[in-house]
Formats: sequence, C-alpha cells, structure tokens
Amino acid sequence: MTSATASWRFREPGVLPGFPLAFGFTVFYLSVIVLIPLAALVVRPWEGGWEPVWRVLSDPRTLAALRLSFGAAAVAAVVNAVMGLIVAWALVRYDFPGKRLLDAMVDLPFALPTAVAGIALTAIYAPNGPLGAWFADMGLQIAYTPRGVLIALIFVGLPFVVRTVQPVLEDVDREVEEAAETLGAGAFQRARLVILPAVAPALLAGCGLAFARAVGEYGSVIFIAGNMPLRSEIAPLLIIIQLEQFNYAGAAAIGLAMLVLSFIILLILNIIQGRLVRRSAP
Amino acid sequence: MSRAARLSPGRGWAPLIIGLATAWMALIVLLPLGTVFVEAFRRGGMAFLEAFRQPDTWAAVRLTLVVAAIAVPLNTVFGVAAAWCIARFEFKGKNLLVTLIDLPFSVSPVISGLVWVLLFGAAGWFAPLMQDLGVQVIFTTTGLVLATVLVTLPFVARELIPLMQEQGADEEAAAITLGAGGWTTFFTVTLPNIRWALLYGVLLCNARAMGEFGAVSVVSGHIRGRTNTLPLHVEILYNEYNFVGAFAVASGLAGLALFTLLIKSGLEWRYAGELAATRRR
Amino acid sequence: MLGRREVLLGSGALVLAGCSPQQEPEPGARLLNVSYDPTRELYQAYNPRFDAEWRRQGHPGVTVEQSHGGSGRQARSVIDGLAADVVTLALAGDIDQIAKRGLIATGWEKRLPFNSAPYTSTIVFLVRQGNPKGIRDWPDLIKEGVQVITPNPKTSGGARWNYLAAWGDALRRPGGSAATARAFVTELFRHVPVLDTGARGSTTTFVQRGIGDVLLAWENEAFLAVEELGPGKVEIVVPPYSILAEPSVAVVDRVVDQKGSRAVAQAYLEFLYAEPSQVLVGEHYYRPRNPVAAARFATRFPTLELSTIADFGGWQQVQQIHFDDGGVFDAIYQPSRR
Repeated sequence: MTSATASWRFREPGVLPGFPLAFGFTVFYLSVIVLIPLAALVVRPWEGGWEPVWRVLSDPRTLAALRLSFGAAAVAAVVNAVMGLIVAWALVRYDFPGKRLLDAMVDLPFALPTAVAGIALTAIYAPNGPLGAWFADMGLQIAYTPRGVLIALIFVGLPFVVRTVQPVLEDVDREVEEAAETLGAGAFQRARLVILPAVAPALLAGCGLAFARAVGEYGSVIFIAGNMPLRSEIAPLLIIIQLEQFNYAGAAAIGLAMLVLSFIILLILNIIQGRLVRRSAP
Repeated sequence: MSRAARLSPGRGWAPLIIGLATAWMALIVLLPLGTVFVEAFRRGGMAFLEAFRQPDTWAAVRLTLVVAAIAVPLNTVFGVAAAWCIARFEFKGKNLLVTLIDLPFSVSPVISGLVWVLLFGAAGWFAPLMQDLGVQVIFTTTGLVLATVLVTLPFVARELIPLMQEQGADEEAAAITLGAGGWTTFFTVTLPNIRWALLYGVLLCNARAMGEFGAVSVVSGHIRGRTNTLPLHVEILYNEYNFVGAFAVASGLAGLALFTLLIKSGLEWRYAGELAATRRR
Repeated sequence: MLGRREVLLGSGALVLAGCSPQQEPEPGARLLNVSYDPTRELYQAYNPRFDAEWRRQGHPGVTVEQSHGGSGRQARSVIDGLAADVVTLALAGDIDQIAKRGLIATGWEKRLPFNSAPYTSTIVFLVRQGNPKGIRDWPDLIKEGVQVITPNPKTSGGARWNYLAAWGDALRRPGGSAATARAFVTELFRHVPVLDTGARGSTTTFVQRGIGDVLLAWENEAFLAVEELGPGKVEIVVPPYSILAEPSVAVVDRVVDQKGSRAVAQAYLEFLYAEPSQVLVGEHYYRPRNPVAAARFATRFPTLELSTIADFGGWQQVQQIHFDDGGVFDAIYQPSRR
C-alpha cells in the first residue's frame, strides 16, 4: 500500500487474500483453547502467595514424583535414542522381508490409545504375566516399580526417534561414506566419523520429542506404575491426586513446575542441537 | 529402497542390526498389541462379545464419536487457517505463533485437562459466570470436547504448514491475478494440493482424539453411559474385575489404531512426494 | 478437481453422520447416583428394582446413572459440579464436606433412619489361600516381612475406615494410648508397598497383580473378591476387633431443586430401607439394617467387637485430626519412605 521504506509493518504485502480472516481466527482459537487455559495454570498457583506453592513443591512426595517423571523420561529417551537409531538404520539401509510392516509398526505407540497400552503392558509385566513371571524368577519385579514406568515410557517414546532420524539417515551422503570405506575405515569408524555427526542433531531432536512426551505421559503409566508415593508415583498422577483433594493451587503448582522444567530442558537440547548443526555444516 | 541395499556399508552387520531391530520392535510394540487380542479372547468369543452387548459400551462408543466429530473438524479448520497465514504470509511474530501451535505437544495430557478445571471447576475463574448462566462444563461432553481439542490441536496444522511452505504461493498468486476469488482459489488450487497431507493430519488427529485418556479422565465425571469415553470405559471395566471386557473394548480401540496405521502407510507409499515435506522435518 | 473436493467433503459428512447427537430422550426421570468404589455391583442390581418399584407407584420409569471412584474423590467431584442427585458414599465425613459447601443442607444425616446409613459393613483382612503368614489379628500386620495393601486415606473412604480400625485396635490394647496407636499405624504404613486411590484399585492390586500378603478391605469387597476373582486363591480373615463402617447416603439438595427431581431422589434412598432392598443389600455382602433381612444373613456375617465412629469423636474431629492436610496421616506417612 504505502511505500514501506521507513514505516514498521506488521505484514509484508502480497497478492493473496484472506490474511485478516485466517490470522484472526488462528489467534482467536489459540487464545481460547491454549492461551487462556494455560494462563490459568500460570496464575492460579500464586493465589495464596508463595507459601502454598512452596509447601507443595518442597513436599518430598512431589519432589520424588517429579524426579521419577523426569528421570524415567530421560532414561527412556536415551534407550530410545540407541534402539531407535538401530531400528531406523535397519529400515533405511537394508532390505529384508517384513520391512514395510516393521516400518508401519513404528507408529503404533503413537496411534494406540495410552490406556490400552497401559493395561496390555501391565498384563505382560505383572508378576503373574508372561514376561513378568520370567523376570520374577530372576528376582526382578517390573510392574508396580519404577522399572514398569520406564517400560511404559520407552513404549510411548519409540516412534519419535525413529521418525526424526529416518529421513536424515536417508540423506547422509553415501559418497562420503563410500570414500571412507575405500580409504579403509572400518564399520565402527565410519559410523563414528561420518554417520553419527550427520545424524546427531536429528537424534537429539527425536530424543527431545520422546522426552517431552514421556514426561507428561499418564494413561500408559498409571496401570503399570503401582502408584506408590515416593517410589513409583508419577507427577501427572500427583496432579490428579491434588485435584482429588480439592487443592487447585497445588495441582496447578505441580503442573506449572512440570511445564517450566520441560521448557528449560527442551531449550537446552535446542541450543546443543543448534551447535551440532553448525559444527557439522562446514 | 533397493538402492539402499546396494550401497549399505558394513554388510556383515546386516543380520545383527536387522535382528536387533526386529526383536526390539517385537518386544516393545508387537507383544503389547498381541496381548490385547489374546486377553480379549481368553475366555472365548462369547465372553468377548459380551462386552459389546452392554449398552454402556455403546454409549461410550457414541460419546467417543461425538467428541471426535466435534474436536477433529474444529482442529481441521484451525489447522488450515493457521497454515494459510503462516505459509502464505510474512508477518511479525510468526515464530511465536508456530511455537504456540506446537505447545500442546509438550504439555502433559493431565495438564490439558487440569486447565479446564481451573477455569470452569467450582473454584474456577469462570465458575460464578457459569453458575449464573446455568451452564456446566466440567463433567459434561463440553468439557470432554475442550480437553480433546486442546490435546489434538497441533496435528493438522503441523502437517500442513511445512507442506504449504514448500509448495510456495505461486499457483495461488497466479489464480488470484487471473481474477479468481479467494475462496475459489482455495478450493480449486490450494485444497487439491494439500488434500493428502490434510487427510493424513485429520487421521492422526482423529486417532489421538478417540484414544485420549489423561485429559478426558480429569474432566469426565466417570458416569457410565454418559461421560465415559471408550478409553475411560476400558479403565472402568478393568476396575470392575471385568478383564476380558476391558481387553475386548481395548481390542476395538487397537483395531482402530491399526486401521489408522493402515491408511496412513497407504498414503505414505502412494503420495510419498506430497507428504515428504512433513516427513523430512 | 470438483470430484476430489466432493470426496473430501463427503467423507467429512460421513464422520458427522455416524454420530447422531445424543440418544433419544427416555421417558421418565434420570437420576445420577455418585457412589464409591465397592458399591458398583450393589447399585447395578438395585437400580432396576427401584425403577420397577417407582413404576409400580404409578410414575413413569427412572433411569439411574452411576459414577464410582474413591469416596473422597467422588465427594470432590460433586463439589466441583458433578450434578449428582444422590450421593451414596463410604462415610459421613465425605458427605459433610459436600454439605460444608452448601450443596446439601446441614443435618442431612437425620433425614433418614440409622444416621442415613441404610447398610453397614466392617473392615476385614483378605489373605492368600491357607494364610501362609498366619495373619489373625491387627498386630500380625506389622510382623516382619508382611506386606499390607490398603488404598490412600486421602482419597478413599474405605482406607479411612482401615486406618481408624487399626488405630482403634492399638488403643484398646493394654497400655494403649494415642502415642502407641500412632506408632502402630506409622509402622503399619511402612508395610504398605502400593497405595491406590480407591478400594477397587487396591483389591485389583492384591488379587490380580499378586502384590502383598494381606488386603485391608471392606467386608463386602472381600466377599466379592473371593467370589469373582479368587476362589481358592484368597480367603477372608475376620479379626477379633474392627470398626463399624456406616456408608451414608444423602440427597444433594441444590441439584435436585434445580432439576426438580427431589421426590424421586428421596424415594430412591428411602427404598433402600425397604425389606426387599435390604435382602439385596445382604446378597451383596453388606450388613442389612432391617432385622428380618439381617436374620437371613446371620450366618454370613460373623459377630465381632466393633467400635463406631462416635468412639473416635465423630467424622468432623477425625477428619481434622487425622486426614486433613498437615494432619496425623501426613505426618506419619511422609517420612516413612523407601
């Protein structure tokens, strides 16, 4: 419209119509569905001042629950990074019977309702379940311990690493790899020097997604966790328990703490990822 | 695909890596899936069918469909609108908008339910207003829909934004320049270009909407036959010692998941190019 | 182009068509009974009986909807707006909580006979078949190596009865005092490996998941567990002493006044006291109030020494001292970790 050399402009001009409508609707919808509700989460805990928030967050039970949720999510993310890389590797680099099926199965944890996964995993890993009995013979209890939580979180995080690493692995420059092979680099050397640096940013991103999903996971965990305070009780369950005890501020405080912690961790992962990308791109 | 085999380095490792990948997937994914069906049929087909003979189960099916039928179209319209302004226009604060759209992914489902209680519960911000209006949100279908909408908000938008960014605005700009109206351009140019990605996003959104547990668990009053969605019904049956029933209903949901995957894989194989933008992220 | 668009729109319409909005309205009244965990089977059987009775009295039929969960949690849902016409909870204290927020008129417990508790129960032990750990009485629960399953007293009504029964047993022993009772209950919760939010969750943990040596359970829940899950797997041990659990019922005044369902809600609760209902109550392993019905099930329910909640000073005091935030339970439970 006007010449825009100096004036600040909210939007660059173009021929396409519909911006006010689309933008207005998007912002309105986001406000109603995401912003206002989350604002409640951010504001509500402080209604009674600092003290109640502090009391909830310094409670050993809350700390244990947060530690379990974040700790188990981190371990699950690492396990998923390793195994996800292997699965992605198999899917990208090799042809074998049933490959398409395997590829399709990767998304199952994403599509399967979490409660369904929860009761199935519990049936498998309970002391009287098929795998649970086997582990029990070895003196290892899986279900109703933090190990059960870990299994559930590995399940829900599986697709994220595979699906972020897969396309990158497809794009790794094969010529560089072949050159390395011609130069006599062994399989391990090639993996370490050529493939890993290229895949690392995507791997980290996948880890971040798996982690974020696992931290907040509820449905698949509560059936298998045993929900023992201080030991196998996850933070989302504690939110529900606070709510059941009619402690809105406490529930919101734990929710807010989870949100802030996740945000910080994802931010750090993002920064590392940015560095990795810069380093691998000369 | 076959090019992969020819070029793959370290062929000697192939059996090990394939074996490891297959074993892992069998352990982590196939075993739980198989367990659902095995447990569902543990006492035979009649016991399995019994769960589907109860009116409560059908009420749960109906409610799940109603919630998804409201939540998914809402998020579809939102996804298209968001993608239109993000992929077709340059404006200040775009990155912030994209981040906000992704936000529900990193929020625990329980929190996605909790926030509605904070707003509309008895001690919620809008409680007095709701009481004056005589409207109840928490423990009703409305509450279930709100929680589901929040959890599944990003799916469609996330599929469309990268695709539309990659496709660029040239075709639409040409249509507009030639005198086509905005809606005509959208329906005849944009929509055909994004249709598969749109379907893909709707599919994922729907699968998640029908399977959501944590968020709806917070806002449902667990009233059998009224505010009980299928995943919640699974939990209730499980708590009533009706394990076969719980797994029978669960197997229905698992069937839905498998169906979703089937269509999704079909789309990916047939329209790999049109979906590539999303997968490459 | 057009064809494709139609396909898309058509499939959307299909999705919408698959779900007609709500079922057609049924004739007659609808009641929502918000109850606690172990009454699921009882009310499932009672609701059609009441419907028949209501019709017999010349009314159109009544559909009763049920919601179950930990008693404390259910009370809070009602406070939070769950539109219950009647609440049938595990203990009077939870209904008091609802009354405190003005949804139920005070003095509700006087509106129906027997403190508005149409049936009673008690707390017993459920042990593994053959009672391998030799659990007979409350002190046996804290023997070395015994694992006890109970739900969380913060959210479950049954768990509060469990807690009080344990407390009461310690009090009545020679030299018993608040201090010894506190020590006993503290030690007891050290033996608890899993704390579910409701009685039903605990039963599942014990019977289905095979965790723990003894389940502290409602008598009716224990009978039901033996019947449904573990004939030959678990057995009931009745301790010499326990507590008289009085699950209370009340009409939620604010809701029924809004909905205009007071008459049917009131009748729903009153019919619980009728003799056929009382027999039904006994069939579902609750102890009937009606003497005729009680006589029919006399052999089923052993007599034992029972305290009542009044012996502990009433729910208001008990709730305040033991279960409110910062109460005794918080103090004894929090540090007992590992």
